[in-house]
Amino acid sequence: MRDKSFYRSIGLKCGLEIHQRLKGGKLFCSCRSTLSEEPSLEIIRKLRAVYGELGVVDRAAAFEHMRNRKFVYKYYPSESCLVECDEEPPHQVNKEALEAAITAALMLNAKVVDEIHVMRKTVIDGSNTSGFQRTMVIALDGYLEYKGEKIPIAQVCLEEEACGILEDWGDTVVYRLDRLGIPLVEVSTGLLEGYSPEEIQEIALLIGVTLRSTGKVRRGLGSTRQDLNVSISGGSRVEIKGVQELELISKVVENEVERQLSLIKLAKELKEAGVREEDFKPPMEVTELFSETKNRVIKRALKSGGVVFAAALPGLSGFASRELCPGLTLGKELAYHARAYGVGGIIHSDEDLAKLKLEDEFKKLRELLKAGSRDLIFIVAGPPDRAAEASRAVVERAKQLLNGPPEETRAANPDGTTRFTRPLPGAARMYPETDIPPMPIPREYVESIRASLPEHWEQKVKRFTEQLGLPRDLARQVVWSEYLSLFEEAVEKTRLPPTLIASTLVSTLKDIKRRDKIPVEQLPDEKIMEALLAVDGGKISKEALPDVLRELAKSPGETVQAIAARLGIKPITLEELREIISSTIQDNMEVVLEKRERALGLIMGRVMAKVKGRIDGKVVSEEVKRKLKEVLSTSRVEA
Amino acid sequence: MYSPEVEKALESAGAHIGDIIRIQRGSEVYEGILLPRSEYGDPSCIVIKLSSGYNIGVKYTPGTVIKRLRKAAEVGKFPAKKAERKPSLPPVSLIATGGTIGSRVDYVTGGVYMCVKPEELLYLTPELEDAVYIERMRSPFLVASEDLTPDDWKEIAEIAAKELNTDVRGVVITHGTDTMHYTSAALSFMLRNLSKPVALVGAQRSPDRGSFDGAMNLLCAAHYAARSDIAEVAIVMHGESSDTYCYAIRGTKARKMHTSRRDTFRPINDLPLARVWPDGRIEALNTKYRKRGSSEVYADTAFEKRVAIVKAYPGSDPEVIDYYVDKGYRGIVIEGTGFGHTPVYPRAEKLSWLPSIKRAVEESVALVMTSQALYGRTNPYVYRNARVLKQAGVVYVEDMLTEVAYVKLGWVLGHTQDPKEVESLMLTDIAGEISSRTLFNTYLI
Repeated sequence: MRDKSFYRSIGLKCGLEIHQRLKGGKLFCSCRSTLSEEPSLEIIRKLRAVYGELGVVDRAAAFEHMRNRKFVYKYYPSESCLVECDEEPPHQVNKEALEAAITAALMLNAKVVDEIHVMRKTVIDGSNTSGFQRTMVIALDGYLEYKGEKIPIAQVCLEEEACGILEDWGDTVVYRLDRLGIPLVEVSTGLLEGYSPEEIQEIALLIGVTLRSTGKVRRGLGSTRQDLNVSISGGSRVEIKGVQELELISKVVENEVERQLSLIKLAKELKEAGVREEDFKPPMEVTELFSETKNRVIKRALKSGGVVFAAALPGLSGFASRELCPGLTLGKELAYHARAYGVGGIIHSDEDLAKLKLEDEFKKLRELLKAGSRDLIFIVAGPPDRAAEASRAVVERAKQLLNGPPEETRAANPDGTTRFTRPLPGAARMYPETDIPPMPIPREYVESIRASLPEHWEQKVKRFTEQLGLPRDLARQVVWSEYLSLFEEAVEKTRLPPTLIASTLVSTLKDIKRRDKIPVEQLPDEKIMEALLAVDGGKISKEALPDVLRELAKSPGETVQAIAARLGIKPITLEELREIISSTIQDNMEVVLEKRERALGLIMGRVMAKVKGRIDGKVVSEEVKRKLKEVLSTSRVEA
Repeated sequence: MYSPEVEKALESAGAHIGDIIRIQRGSEVYEGILLPRSEYGDPSCIVIKLSSGYNIGVKYTPGTVIKRLRKAAEVGKFPAKKAERKPSLPPVSLIATGGTIGSRVDYVTGGVYMCVKPEELLYLTPELEDAVYIERMRSPFLVASEDLTPDDWKEIAEIAAKELNTDVRGVVITHGTDTMHYTSAALSFMLRNLSKPVALVGAQRSPDRGSFDGAMNLLCAAHYAARSDIAEVAIVMHGESSDTYCYAIRGTKARKMHTSRRDTFRPINDLPLARVWPDGRIEALNTKYRKRGSSEVYADTAFEKRVAIVKAYPGSDPEVIDYYVDKGYRGIVIEGTGFGHTPVYPRAEKLSWLPSIKRAVEESVALVMTSQALYGRTNPYVYRNARVLKQAGVVYVEDMLTEVAYVKLGWVLGHTQDPKEVESLMLTDIAGEISSRTLFNTYLI
């Protein structure tokens, strides 16, 4: 286990960018952002590399352009309009979102700028129809307290969310327009030095809690996203995009440190082995060699007009299976570069060629490429232009192995590993959004927001404990959970005990997810509120709440009432309960008379089987006891 | 456009636009590149570009200290690409006149500028180099299309005629979209004996963005000019919102129908001439068109500028006609309601257009009627109001668009001012502006 001093010794530096979706409508148009619709039509577009201020194409943009991909955008009638389609200029900035962002900035002790300028940040991976993302600095130079130290908050921005990706077929990517334009607050920390990966994760959590305490943020799948900048001494700055879960941050950082250390070590080994850049030769087309192949994948590629490219990577034989970090071999790392060009991956000579039925071909290939026994041979199969570009990319990446980890943008995988996505974008990618005039922010406006800032999370924990009577742990759990604002709303709108609301939100829902594997986080706040109100109004019992929530999560389209009816958990009145108890005792009179008071368990069980979830269990127990006593006292007289 | 106070402070600090400056206000310090201000916002806010690339405005207050740190890096020139001779590719000429398609953004200031050199267009659409050979590029002027005048149309027509009489296969004209359909109509009338394609092309999204639509438009326009057998002036722009194909629309039947969509140009009362794909495929959609030939083209640019458009609407004041007559105008296009009506028998008698119209005709001012319904044909016989107007001497120009009628009337009056001849020419189809049959499927394409 690596401790804090280890990370200090290797010079770990990490920057965090926390993205948090805001409640309310879209940032630059009047569409709603509920993400609940079916698409009605689609638009097909291409994006082009554009020339930055220095007259050069940004390297990330050039890379995308070279991929020449087609983008399909699904259009959702209530959740996208011409603005999302890049067919209408943006409307003025959503005031509600602006206020939420200023609130967040003030809670992070940042200084709100005097005049906001909306910028265009070039992004041509298709995730924005326009080819850029609109973003603006709201505030600068804030801080958060963590373990008695001030964590620098460099910048707070308000920006538009990108399209959601639906499918990626390599040459065509399908996006959903409904997500585009949802307002996001982006909090960037300064460079964090001297912290361990766990601490970095805690800092991210702290920022998340602070944002949630504004009560103006969205929860649920994808509503927060973390980007990380990681570097170590002798390594490079690597941007890791899209860590969806905060709990994954420490693992991602650990893996990235490991990956960079391995690459530094590998570079040293290769140099010591005498491998030089000029030993790397460009790939060549070798389709002919595979005309009789028995390998299914290649056979299929050739059948659909594909070709095969191959190259030798000097001195790399045996290295492809080496793990750079848990879950990521060098072979896989090289394959990511090929995949970026829309081919399936690579096949290399460190793999089990017999199993792949490629032994003969690789033997011939080794001769053809004049490769030595220490060289790794790889092939790429796919459509002609893609296979050529992909194989060239693999050779280029292998060549870079001599220089240690390169600067690049990677994406986080759900298992905490990362994959190459594109080179790091340069600086020449931001210019003004001329369609939106600068917005002066009057000081009085900022001060009026400051005057009514929401409580700090620690104050909330204190208040929930002291005034609402929550156990301290539960109070902290609620405050740190995504359901904080729903909790506060439910406490205000219902007469339910706060402890019941809190435990429902932080443990019942979690149990449903864990036990029944139902994506309960997709359940909208309004539906949960509907269920809580049903309990409050006596329409369902609190015992039935977990069942109702589970069914609701399965089919959020249904009403609570419909679910209660379907589950047969219509609540019963006290009179009905008493009747059921009487008839149950009557039916079991022999046992009751025989066992007398000891029959309580049996009767209770039989009654509960009939009324479970339809009335408070405590009431049932009291009523059964009372009735039994009554029956026994009269029966004694009779006896 | 900073406030005088800020200007003074910047001047005394020796800070110029593009310099890296430091602004100190109390305990707050900001560093960045000094930028100019736009028309909007607070003129007492100093705009700087932070090292992150973001711009912010820092309010200048008494006591704010500005320090010039150093000159910023030179902003790169927008590179121009020289066209290489590719003998295997069909030659075309390119005339650049301005508009979004030929504009660029200054990435530091965010200002939009017209491309100084037409060669810069090639840089925006490198694919063009593999589609056609650009024999020549001409640029008489670079203006936004709303600033164009009939004199500018004449100049474009003369250059186009000259180019068409060389060995090029056709001509491509880059142009702002706002009034592109006026220019396309003007060229349709002015370029006589047209024997090669002329494509007008523009953009609805600027070239600074990845979603620049002008590149595909330019490519399709080049294909139309170089490869089609349609010897007509056409607007070649996106056929639908997707980047799939362009429509080539007859220059006298096209109209900008949307303020912002890519597929803004639609044919009105006509089918598109052709569908043009960026890969060079051209699919004819309209059987009625002028075929490519070898005749010599000439520019017939005589034009009467004293021509106006007026619109009739409920409550409209007929004095607007008198105004133009008094000013010596020679022709007026009235964009009437429905079949081509103006108020004639309103309850408030003085709002009847009839007396003013009669007077204009008496003074030999040519009056032409079009419809604000856009689609369909004018007709002076269905309702009494129109019968009266027709009787008074108003010429009903069939299914001609208002903008086209305006351009045609100016051109016709440039050649004759004899009322009978004017009427007869206005009703003769010269460049596809009048269709004798209205096809069912020409509505809302």
